[in-house]
Amino acid sequence: MRKDIRIAGFGGQGIILAGIVIGKAAALHDDMFAVQTQSYGPEARGGASKTEVVISDEEIDYPKIENPDILVAMSHEALMAYLDDLKDGGILIIDPDMIPEEDVLPFVKEHNIKLYKAPATRTADEKIGLKIVANIVMIGAITRITKVVSEDSARKAVAESVPPGTEDKNLAAFEAGAALADGGV
Amino acid sequence: MKAEKYFIQGNEACARGALKAGCRFFAGYPITPSTEIAEDMAVFLPREGGSFIQMEDEISALGAVIGAVWTGLKAMTATSGPGFSLMQEHIGYAAMTETPLVIVNMQRGSPSTGQPTMASQSDMMQSRWGSHGDYEIIALSPSSVQECFDFTAEAFNLAEKYRVPVMVMGDEIVGHMREKIIIPDKVEILPRQMPKEGPETFLPYQAPPEGTSAMPAFGDGYKMHITGLTHDERGYPDASNPQTHSELVNRLCDKILKKTAEIARIQEESTADADVIALSYGAPSRSALKAVRNARNQDIKAGFIKLDTVWPFPEELVRETTKNAGKVVVVEMNLGQIFYEVQRVLPEVKVELLPKIGGEMQSPQEILEKIKSI
Repeated sequence: MRKDIRIAGFGGQGIILAGIVIGKAAALHDDMFAVQTQSYGPEARGGASKTEVVISDEEIDYPKIENPDILVAMSHEALMAYLDDLKDGGILIIDPDMIPEEDVLPFVKEHNIKLYKAPATRTADEKIGLKIVANIVMIGAITRITKVVSEDSARKAVAESVPPGTEDKNLAAFEAGAALADGGV
Repeated sequence: MKAEKYFIQGNEACARGALKAGCRFFAGYPITPSTEIAEDMAVFLPREGGSFIQMEDEISALGAVIGAVWTGLKAMTATSGPGFSLMQEHIGYAAMTETPLVIVNMQRGSPSTGQPTMASQSDMMQSRWGSHGDYEIIALSPSSVQECFDFTAEAFNLAEKYRVPVMVMGDEIVGHMREKIIIPDKVEILPRQMPKEGPETFLPYQAPPEGTSAMPAFGDGYKMHITGLTHDERGYPDASNPQTHSELVNRLCDKILKKTAEIARIQEESTADADVIALSYGAPSRSALKAVRNARNQDIKAGFIKLDTVWPFPEELVRETTKNAGKVVVVEMNLGQIFYEVQRVLPEVKVELLPKIGGEMQSPQEILEKIKSI
């Protein structure tokens, strides 16, 4: 079974690291096959940023994604660029402070999309005191909502992917994100 | 130590493969999308007792690599299009002086500075013909992170065996993609061949017609004269002698071309009964494989060929695996390069190109449509 996940936002949000963590969790700790790819412009910050993760229980031939099962949008620009590609019946996770819900509702209704709102940026700021961990908050939300990787594997992958000494803050961010999923839409 | 699992980029895998294969010198100039190779080498080479130098440009980078090889080390550089162009003069020098070395080219959109963060396969002909003169090199094309590791390690052994520059022709997609790879504790390492004769009688360029000579380094006690000029079996310039030149340059070409059967490799799937075959290499070969599998699910008799070795071109293997197919679609991220080579070796077959430029590879759907319409 193959799952195609696309996470998009703007440069500086840690989008690509989010993809790496999920890929690592799947490939190294869940013993699945995983491919993570990314696209970015020549700019260091700002600009669009996108990462794609394919997770499968068999070897992955085509490593890119045409129509994701799961789309995570952390900026309005990213949502506009990629919403149309989302599979019918797919999962859409948005940061509602970046994206007005009414912008996605017609599409969600028409294509039978399961919509989840995860205010990752606000949660990172208010609960952890660090906006920079918004991507890890989002990984927590993605993990609990979609179950594409196991939570234990995701925690391990977070801990080994962040700078040494910041593991506790990042794991707290992960839990805060997972809790957002429990709150529902 | 046992084999270990990693989730890393193709570029990082190239660096790890080089280190496992015994590379102890890297000179380069960082360039997207190959920079992570230089970054990794800068971190890991000193720990292994090796050296990393960031040079002022790619011309000097390859010059430094050639020098390091003649001190007895295994050495490499890594670059992308604009840097690869600057290296061409020294690639010819390395071919003429039979200097074994490895160049990784993670191809990006081009010509000129083009698209630094986007993929292409537009340097495939340049990898063979980029320097002036008649010469041959070996080029491998990885399509996964594991192949980045395996092919780079293999490139060092091929370089030693044939005393030739070996190119690992990746692209931005494989260079930046992350996948699980297994890094073995040890890989096979082919050591440099030292002469059996003493310094008094050894002739450094007295090779058999399709072979190479042993290669002592500076400081080993042998008198070595290394020159890009046409040289005799002692290594001395003999540039006005037509016979010396003809023998030398024919040998440089024959030592690769006549060994194609032992050098070149392909992978295939479902070719035996295929009517139409998708032939590709590097990243888009994974799209082609998906397209062929989708075609089979629709009862279309499609087959798949992936070139692991692009140069020397695996002529016999391509002929053999396409002998029952009437049609071949060549899938590459350029406007047609290896396509012409396939056409040349399959004059009886309908060969069509599915080109793509712009930075992204062909989608499985695009390839499937071409398989259906050819």
